[in-house]
Amino acid sequence: MIVFLGVVAVIAGYWLSQQHLMAKPWLDVNAIGDVPAWGGPSVSPAKVGLGVFLTVAGCLFALLVSAYFMRVDIAATVEAGMGRGMLRGMPAPGQLWLNTGALVFSSVAMQCAQVAARHGHRQAVRDGLILGGISALVFLAGQLLVWRQLVEAGYFAASNPANAFFYLLTGIHGLHVAGGFVALGRTFTKLWHGVGIERLRLSVWLCTVYWHFLLVVWLAIFALLMGWADSFVTLCRALVT
Amino acid sequence: MGEVVSDTVGSVGPAEVPEVELYHAHTWLTKYVFCQDAKVIAIQYSLTAMAIGLVALVLSWLMRLQLAFPGVFSLIQSDNYYQFITMHGMIMVIYLLTALFLGGFGNYLIPLMVGARDMAFPYVNMLSYWVYLLAVLVLVAGFFAPGGPTGAGWTLYPPQAIMTGTPGHEWGIILMLLSLILFIVGFTMGGLNYVVTVLQCRTRGMTLMRMPLTVWGIFTATVMALLAFPALFVACVMMMLDRLLSTSFFMPSVVEMGQRLSYAGGSPILFQHLFWFFGHPEVYIVALPAFGIVSDLISTHSRKNIFGYRMMVWAIVAIGALSFVVWAHHMYISGMDPYFGFFFATTTLIIAVPTAIKVYNWVLTLWQGDIHLTVPMLFALAFIVTFVNGGLTGLFLGNVVVDVPLSATLFVVAHFHMVMGVAPILVVFGGIYHWYPKVTGRMLNTTMGQIHFWITFLGAYAIFFPMHYLGLLGVPRRYYELGDTAFIPASAASLNVFITAAALVVGAGQLLFLFNLAWSLTRGREAGPNPWGATTLEWQTPETPPGHGNWGRELPVVYRWAYDYSVPGAERDFVPQNQPALAPAR
Repeated sequence: MIVFLGVVAVIAGYWLSQQHLMAKPWLDVNAIGDVPAWGGPSVSPAKVGLGVFLTVAGCLFALLVSAYFMRVDIAATVEAGMGRGMLRGMPAPGQLWLNTGALVFSSVAMQCAQVAARHGHRQAVRDGLILGGISALVFLAGQLLVWRQLVEAGYFAASNPANAFFYLLTGIHGLHVAGGFVALGRTFTKLWHGVGIERLRLSVWLCTVYWHFLLVVWLAIFALLMGWADSFVTLCRALVT
Repeated sequence: MGEVVSDTVGSVGPAEVPEVELYHAHTWLTKYVFCQDAKVIAIQYSLTAMAIGLVALVLSWLMRLQLAFPGVFSLIQSDNYYQFITMHGMIMVIYLLTALFLGGFGNYLIPLMVGARDMAFPYVNMLSYWVYLLAVLVLVAGFFAPGGPTGAGWTLYPPQAIMTGTPGHEWGIILMLLSLILFIVGFTMGGLNYVVTVLQCRTRGMTLMRMPLTVWGIFTATVMALLAFPALFVACVMMMLDRLLSTSFFMPSVVEMGQRLSYAGGSPILFQHLFWFFGHPEVYIVALPAFGIVSDLISTHSRKNIFGYRMMVWAIVAIGALSFVVWAHHMYISGMDPYFGFFFATTTLIIAVPTAIKVYNWVLTLWQGDIHLTVPMLFALAFIVTFVNGGLTGLFLGNVVVDVPLSATLFVVAHFHMVMGVAPILVVFGGIYHWYPKVTGRMLNTTMGQIHFWITFLGAYAIFFPMHYLGLLGVPRRYYELGDTAFIPASAASLNVFITAAALVVGAGQLLFLFNLAWSLTRGREAGPNPWGATTLEWQTPETPPGHGNWGRELPVVYRWAYDYSVPGAERDFVPQNQPALAPAR
C-alpha cells in the first residue's frame, strides 16, 4: 500500500508541479483577448475519468494485498510452526493457467481492436471486441470452475485464511471483469448501430486500457497467491523498515 | 453584471471550451426526481443528508437523557444506548457530513464556480445520488430489523462487532456493512465527477490558481476520499465474510459462553489499521471543504482578499497528503510498538503546521477588513474559534503519553465533537445561509438566523466545554451508566444534567433553522443575483436560481482571481472574476 501511495504521490506531485502553483494570481489580471491559453481539456474527460477510477480500483487491490501480507505476518507469529505454510495450504489447479491464458488472449484481442480503431478498420474492431469479450467470459467461467473444484475438494473459505484470501481476491477481481462487460456492451451497441469510427475510437480505447489493467492486477494476484512474489515483498519490506 | 459580461465576452469570440452535449429533461420525473442536473442532485443530496442527520440528532438526545438521568427512561436500555451511539456516530460522520459537503456543496458549487455547464458525467452523477439514498435506506432498515441496528460503536471493532453479546449482531451489523459498501460505491461515482469536472471542465481563463478555495477544498477532499474509502470498503467486505461465511480475516480464536467458536487466527488489529487508514483522512475529508468554504465566506464578508492565497492552497494539499500518514494515532492503546507511536505522534504534530497557517491567514484576512457581521460571517467566525479549540486539544491527544490515560474518557468525545462535529457543522450552516439566495432566489430570514446562530454556538460550548472537564476527571466514555465510583464526585452528575439540558436546547434550536429554510422559500426577501457582492462565478449567472446549463448562451471567461475585494480605484468594492481589466495586463 505504501508503494502504491508512493506512486500516486509521485504522479500527483508531478502533475501539481506543472500547474503553476507558484503563480501569484492576485497580480495576474487579463484584459479582453488576453486570457490564458487554457482552452479546454487536451485529454478527453472520459480518459481522465478512467484514470481516476483505475487509481481507486488500484488502491482497493493494493489494500487487499497489504491486508494479505499483514495477515501472513500474523499467521507466522501467532501460529508458530505453521508459519506461511498455513497460507499456502491451497493447491494451484492447472485450470488457473488456462484462465490466465484466456485473460491474456482477451487483452491482446482488445489491443488489436484498439489498433484497428485507430486505423479505421471497422470489421477488425468488431472481431477484436467479440474475441476479447468471449475470452473474458471464458476467463470468468474458468474462475468459477476453479472455485467449484476447490470447494468439491474441501477447500472452504472458512477453513483457513489462505482459502479465504484466495476466494476474496479472485472474487473481487472477477467482479471487476464482469463490470467491464457493461462498458464493452455499450461499445458494441454503438458499433452495431453504425456509430462513426471516430466516436468509437474513444470507447474502444477505454475498454482496452481497463482490460490491460485487469490483466496486470490478475497477474499480480496470481503471483501473490502462488508465492512467487515473496522475494519482491521481502525486498520492499527491507526498504521500508 | 451578467449583461455587461456577455457584451465584453462577445468581443473576444466564443469560449474555447468545447460545447458539451447537455442533458435535457423532458418529463417531470426526469426534471425533479431522476434528474442529471448537478444542482438538482445537490439539493437531493442535501435534503437526504439533513433528514438522516435529524435522526442522529434525536439519537443524541436519547443518549444525553440516559447520561443525565440514568434509569429514569425505561425505553433506553443498555442495548439501545449502544445502538444509539453507533448510529449517531456513523450517520453524523458519513451520511450527513461527508454527503453534505461533497454531494451537496460539491455538486452545487463545483460546476458553477469553475464555469462549467454541468458535471463531466451527469448520468453517473445521478446514479451516485440514488445509490447514496439506497445506502441510507439500508442503514435505516437496521432500526426495523430483528434485534435492531448494530451497537458495535461507530468504529465497528471486531471481534465484538459480530459476536452475539453485541446488540444487532443478527441483522444490524449486516445491514450496516452493506449500507457502507453501497455508500462507498455511490460516493466513488460522485467523486469521479467532482475530480474530473475540476480537472477537465474549467472555463477559459480559470487556471487552477484562480479557483476559489471552496473548490480547492472540495477537490482535495474528494481525491483523499477516493483513496481512503477503499480501505473501509475492504474492511467491510472482509468483516461481512467473517460474519456470513465464518472466515477469519479479523476474528481470532474466541470462547463465547464457554464454547469455542469456529474462528481462528484472525487479526482485530488488521481491521483497526484498515478502519483508521480510512478514518483519519475522513476527518480531513470533512474538514477541507469546511476550510475552503470558510475562506470564501470570510473574504467575501470582510470585503478583503484572502490573505496568503498560495499558502492556503499549499496548506490544503499538504494537509491532504499528511493525513494519510497519521492514522495510527487512533490506535495508541492497541499495544503498538513504541517507535510506531513516536512516528505517528510526530506526523500528527507536523500536520498542525499547515493547519495553523490556515488559521493565521483567516485571522489576517479579517485584520482591518470591512467586517460585515452577516449570519454567514457569524458562523464563519464561530468556526475559527471552535476549530482552534478542538485543534488545541488535538495537540494534547496527539502525544502518546497524554492520549493513553485520556483515550477512553469523555475528553476525547469533547475533542472530536469540537473539531469535526461542531466546527464543520458551523460551516455547513454558514454555507447554507450564504448560498441559499443563489439556490432559491430568496434570502433567509436574518433574525431567525441570528437566534439560530447564538443558540447553536453558545449551546455547543455549553455541551462540550464541561465535557473536557469530565474527561479530565476520568469519567469514561461509552458507559451506559456510571454507578457509584470512588473517583467521580457527585457534582459530575449535576454537570451531566446541565450538558443534557444544553443539548436539548441546541437540538430544538435546529427546528428554527428548518422552519427558516421552509418559510424563506416563499416569504424571504428577493435576493437578486449577487446579494453579498461576491466575486466568484456562481454569483454572475444570467439567471437566479441558475437555469439548466448554468450560463445561458455562452460560457463565462475568467480574467482574474476570486478575491478582488476593495481594489483601490475600482468602481465597487468587488470585481467579479469575469470582469476584464480595463487596460492590457498589468
